[in-house]
Amino acid sequence: MSTTTASTRSELTSSSGRAGDKVFSGLTLAAGLIILVILAFVAGFLVLKAWPALVAPASEISTQTSFLSYVLPIMVGTLITAAIALLLATPVAIGVALFISHLAPARLAKPVGYVIDLLAAIPSVVFGAWGMMVLGPHMVGLYDWLHTYLGWIPLFGEPSTTGRTLLTASVVLAVMILPIITSLSREIFVQTPKLHEEAALALGATRWEMIRMSVLPFARPGLVSAVMLGLGRALGETMAVTLVLSAGPLTANLIGSGNQTIPSEIALNFPEAFGMRQNELIAAGLILFVITLLVNMLARWIVSRHKEFSGAN
Amino acid sequence: MSETPKMPVQSSPVLVPDAAGQGAAARSGSGAGPTGPAPAGPGPRRHGRSRLAAGKLPGWTPWAVGAGSLVLAAALVALAGFSIAGWLIVAAVIHVVAMYVTTLVGENRRRATNSLATHLIIGAFLIALIPLVSVLWTVVANGFHGFTAAGFFASDMKGISGLQDQKTAAGEQPLLGGIKHALIGTLVITLATTIMSVPIGLLTSIYLVEYSRDGWLAKIIRFFVDVMTGIPSIVAGLFAAGLTMIIMQTILGMPPGSNVMGFSAAIGLSVLMIPVVVRSTEEMLRVVPNELREASAALGVRKWRTTLQVVLPTAASGIASGVTLAIARVVGETAPILVTAGVALTTNWNLFKDWMMTLPVFIYRQLMNPTAPMAPGPSADRAWGAALTLILIVMILNLLARLVAKALAPKAGGR
Repeated sequence: MSTTTASTRSELTSSSGRAGDKVFSGLTLAAGLIILVILAFVAGFLVLKAWPALVAPASEISTQTSFLSYVLPIMVGTLITAAIALLLATPVAIGVALFISHLAPARLAKPVGYVIDLLAAIPSVVFGAWGMMVLGPHMVGLYDWLHTYLGWIPLFGEPSTTGRTLLTASVVLAVMILPIITSLSREIFVQTPKLHEEAALALGATRWEMIRMSVLPFARPGLVSAVMLGLGRALGETMAVTLVLSAGPLTANLIGSGNQTIPSEIALNFPEAFGMRQNELIAAGLILFVITLLVNMLARWIVSRHKEFSGAN
Repeated sequence: MSETPKMPVQSSPVLVPDAAGQGAAARSGSGAGPTGPAPAGPGPRRHGRSRLAAGKLPGWTPWAVGAGSLVLAAALVALAGFSIAGWLIVAAVIHVVAMYVTTLVGENRRRATNSLATHLIIGAFLIALIPLVSVLWTVVANGFHGFTAAGFFASDMKGISGLQDQKTAAGEQPLLGGIKHALIGTLVITLATTIMSVPIGLLTSIYLVEYSRDGWLAKIIRFFVDVMTGIPSIVAGLFAAGLTMIIMQTILGMPPGSNVMGFSAAIGLSVLMIPVVVRSTEEMLRVVPNELREASAALGVRKWRTTLQVVLPTAASGIASGVTLAIARVVGETAPILVTAGVALTTNWNLFKDWMMTLPVFIYRQLMNPTAPMAPGPSADRAWGAALTLILIVMILNLLARLVAKALAPKAGGR
């Protein structure tokens, strides 16, 4: 390779250069196709290994019921956990993104961005350990209070004494998806056309009115997809839930032990599973895969649509 | 964004810089906004300002309200048992409400709403800092004991039984056992993952940027790479477990359990790493100026040589830092390893045979199944020590990525 300049001239006419071009472009194309093949394999193998559980009679499933009634409670648990995490994380994340893009002095904005990125760098298992040992015990007081004063709502039933509940798991998940939503929405906020902002300010708008009238309408589709990508992450997050939640059957009580999510169910049981149990867990994984795939595809589709018309600005 | 508020003030004060001045005043922390120094100034300047700032509260209002809220909150919290956290939270709530009311009375509703929104946004940022600080503090405080224990990095968990841990908990012997096997497993598996993922990711992004001409295939690949970034890590692990199970048992006819090896974990992690590499590399290749490619082509250099010797070196810093960040992400993954490589107590260098331990799985196992169920203290010490090690590794990788990006960056100001 170090002889390029010397050999370039002869290569102009030689066939080896042309062959090199062909080989190299073929290699890059092959790599691209490998990615598609891998994704097809992921789907294919999951279906292949999940199939026996999907068609098995009720007597062979570990719960002695149909596969559907085994997977439905943990599916609902997954959705509830992710939904609460999203509810908690979205307002904070958008606030942080606005702070970085429109409020913080320029000198502060960059370091603040780094700090939020740090949050994304912390491994999920560490978040899980933190939720289990630190956050959980701190939440017990709040749960007792909720039960005493709002106990008539079914969501706040008998409180847990360890704090290892679905709500705690959701809070941990919210912390984990916060940096994702923040960094995506920050990127969208800074793309707001400068002229729109300055026009709003020149007409005498306050800073908040400027944000409300020019930044937020511009960013809305992007925000939707940022939130959905956060949802995709929250749905698939495993270790935090596994460590934090003391699992049990599906219950409406968010502040007691109970409930379970699909990823956590797999992580807890797969290492010891064999035979039909393995197929069951893989089938549960397949369902999770389909759900996250749909959420992500929808989010990406919104982004790509948004890209096209934002180019007109 | 930063220059927006200053502009009208500098250009002509007659424009009534309502929003600009207001914004700076609401940013109570920065104090140095255009309205900040003005009230103190004597004579004609003060006169000129007062005309412009008619109907506005003085710049020190937020400070005064803040101090008042702190005092009031202290009094309120003292009634119900004092705690610093409770004091600060109550003070923050009182401050936000009081600022709203003050601005509402002293100025007008629009500016009051602005003040409320500003405070809520700053509040969101402060709330986001709490877990970060708490996590880092917890890991450092709890991990210090394990991290500094003698032989923590030089020994594995071989021969460490519940009995040993009970003795440690009773204070009869120092903390035994360590994370050598987990460190080696992490190293080997991450290395294998990187070796598999980087070439595929790099070549794919070269295809997308240099060869595809943005055709339909490129669109499909790009879309599915994006989709792939969202695959749950546990599903990637299940895929790897299923794939190796079929290859080893059904095709090669090996006994059950032969698919439990570090390499299966590496396959699962690759599924997670490849899309990250593709995305970051593609962005870096895209910012390489087209003039470089054209100059090279004009000299008669073949496209593949141009790509390898002009485009890639120019983008090298960005690619290296992107790969480092991808490694940092993969190092912390737990779930795929949990379902593929299982667990191990002893050091295993062989990627293709037997169980392997990595740092995240070690943390998980020590917390969920302590070596001595009756005395989980030593296990927790080891887990937090491992967590501290893991966070240090990830932080160092992140820092390295930034340094690499800076050090290798091509000279700025080029065309």
